[in-house]
Amino acid sequence: MDYFRVLIVDDEKPFVDTLVNRFNKRNIDTAGVLSGEEALELMKEKLFDVVILDIKMPGGMDGIETLREIKRVQPLSEVILLTGHGSVETSIEGMKLGAFDYILKPVKLEDLLVKMAEAFEKKDAHDQKIRSAKIKELIRFPGRVLDQEKEEK
Amino acid sequence: MKTSLYANLQNKIIIITLVVALAPLIILGTTMYYQFSQTCRDKIEEQIRYRSMAQAEAVDLFLKERTAILGAMAASHSLNEMIDEKNISRVFEVMNLWAGAFVDLGVIDSAGHHLAYVGPYDLKGLNYYQQPWFAEVMSKGTYISDVYMGYRQLPHFIIAVRRQQGQSSWVLRATVDPDIFGGIVRSAQIGKTGDAYLIRRDGVFQTSPRFDGRILGQSNLDTRLFGGRTTVIEQENAAGRKILYSGSWLRNDKWLLVISQDPADQMSGLFAARNVEIVIIVFGILAIILATIFTTYLTVRRLRQADLRMNELNAELIQTDKLAAIGKMAAGVAHEINNPLAVILQKTGWMEDLLFEEDFRDSKNLKEYKESIEIIEEYVERARKVVHSMLGYARKMEPHLEDVDINGIVNQTIDMLENYARINNIDIQTDLDKDIPIIAGDEAQLQQVFMNLISNAIDAIGKNGLVQVKSRRKDTQITISIIDDGPGIPRDQQKKVFDPFFTTKRAGSGTGLGLWVTYDIVKGMGGTIILKSEMEKGTTFMVNLPIIIPEKK
Repeated sequence: MDYFRVLIVDDEKPFVDTLVNRFNKRNIDTAGVLSGEEALELMKEKLFDVVILDIKMPGGMDGIETLREIKRVQPLSEVILLTGHGSVETSIEGMKLGAFDYILKPVKLEDLLVKMAEAFEKKDAHDQKIRSAKIKELIRFPGRVLDQEKEEK
Repeated sequence: MKTSLYANLQNKIIIITLVVALAPLIILGTTMYYQFSQTCRDKIEEQIRYRSMAQAEAVDLFLKERTAILGAMAASHSLNEMIDEKNISRVFEVMNLWAGAFVDLGVIDSAGHHLAYVGPYDLKGLNYYQQPWFAEVMSKGTYISDVYMGYRQLPHFIIAVRRQQGQSSWVLRATVDPDIFGGIVRSAQIGKTGDAYLIRRDGVFQTSPRFDGRILGQSNLDTRLFGGRTTVIEQENAAGRKILYSGSWLRNDKWLLVISQDPADQMSGLFAARNVEIVIIVFGILAIILATIFTTYLTVRRLRQADLRMNELNAELIQTDKLAAIGKMAAGVAHEINNPLAVILQKTGWMEDLLFEEDFRDSKNLKEYKESIEIIEEYVERARKVVHSMLGYARKMEPHLEDVDINGIVNQTIDMLENYARINNIDIQTDLDKDIPIIAGDEAQLQQVFMNLISNAIDAIGKNGLVQVKSRRKDTQITISIIDDGPGIPRDQQKKVFDPFFTTKRAGSGTGLGLWVTYDIVKGMGGTIILKSEMEKGTTFMVNLPIIIPEKK
């Protein structure tokens, strides 16, 4: 899968803007927001495969709270935590809450891309499993899956 | 300054202790001595009073007996019988046989004529009519004279009684032997300084005293001081000594029996006791002084040692506090620096990306741009490294416990540094205790510790030298020593080596964070690092780690 959607959440506007530009230049569908609230707002409308989330954001929701909400809104998207200082304890807490990994700022784009690819692979594998499970279900009980799909809509 | 403080304290304790200990001792000693000597004096005074009373009784009795026998003889004979030479001689014999102490005996008629006489002197025929005593005996009936010289020029006294026979009367007169009388009085003398004698109201001696005069001489005692029956006074004698005098008036009220005594003579027991007491007190005082000085010295020395230890401990605490505060600050600073660094890095990255676009590709300065961007990125990387090591990247990680072979880690670390050491002609020798158990620890962190310490040792030597690495097990502790023979660390720098950003290396080649992180890691494992360094001889870092046995899986 070459195509994936990325959301960057960080309070540092130049950082977010530049990163969005650079990802887009590399044909990665990227969006950037400056706070946890904005991120959740956007995620209610649009699906993302990978979210890059700064742990420490002043004012409003902090990274961990945002992470918790993201996992509620889009449980299948993978989250990579960004940390500006050595609060590895917070990163570990984040990973317990389901974050994929954490990475220390400043980070080179290449390193970030590697992590993102890993996260996407994991998500993709997960999606594949869900899909194949659904296919099996469909083969065995065609009616039930269709009913479910209807309900979801 | 500090020394004088302790000396001052020591002196104060000694003085206070001595005052408190010695004052009661001295007060008790003096009071006891005073009380004891008072009691002793009272007893001596009581004794002398009693003796003078008893002796006065005895002298009174002596006189009464003599008077009685004289009276009996006068009553039982008529004047005619008495003047007969044979009869008076027999009477004199009987009197001396039954009472004694009579020297002579005479019969005098009412006109004062000495009619008959027995005795050693020729007194017959003398007339006593004009003598004052004669008138007195004629009126009162009995008479005892004072001691006087009389016709015979020897001190003596007489006893006379009057016999009333019809219309006329006569007198029987006897002389008492002064030696015998004096002997009776003197028998009350005791000791080397005791005296006993009789004096008249006007102070004239009536018997021979042992000291201070002779019979019929003038005594220096004022008899007016003696009132009542018996009185004790104290008075200085001619030699200037204080003497006790006890005087008892005889029944005739004319004579005072005096017993004198130098109290010092009787108080030898007291003086012996006093000397023993003084010796005991002196030894006691000496013992107290020595013990006080010794114990105070010990106490102050202990105090001093405790103070020193406390100071060291405080210094250590301050150091730990300082490091903790710096650690907290570092976390804050790291955040503030890392965010700008992140932006810089992304911006340069973006510039780099854009350089490949057509407009720029033809720019003649393209190479310059690229180089500048690379250098910016390189320096961002350098700043990032400083900040990360400042955070003690390893130290912030939860130490993750695994089975650790200390000797193995030491060997591994040395392998990594072997090349670096060889280039500088430095030999690394190991002396590892085979007895060191596998412990629970964080291998990566320990490797960082040894890496920092051994590479520091190599850097300290510079070129040509020896680094020794020793491991030892002692009780529940493992000690790993890293010993170099470099130039040593100056004393004033020894305390700073664990501070962050303290480095002696050239700018750019050391961050000054290695030992700080090392210190934190070891502290986090419950261990300690001790630094010993001597100028020109070298430096030893000793890492002490507690032995934590891994849990059985």
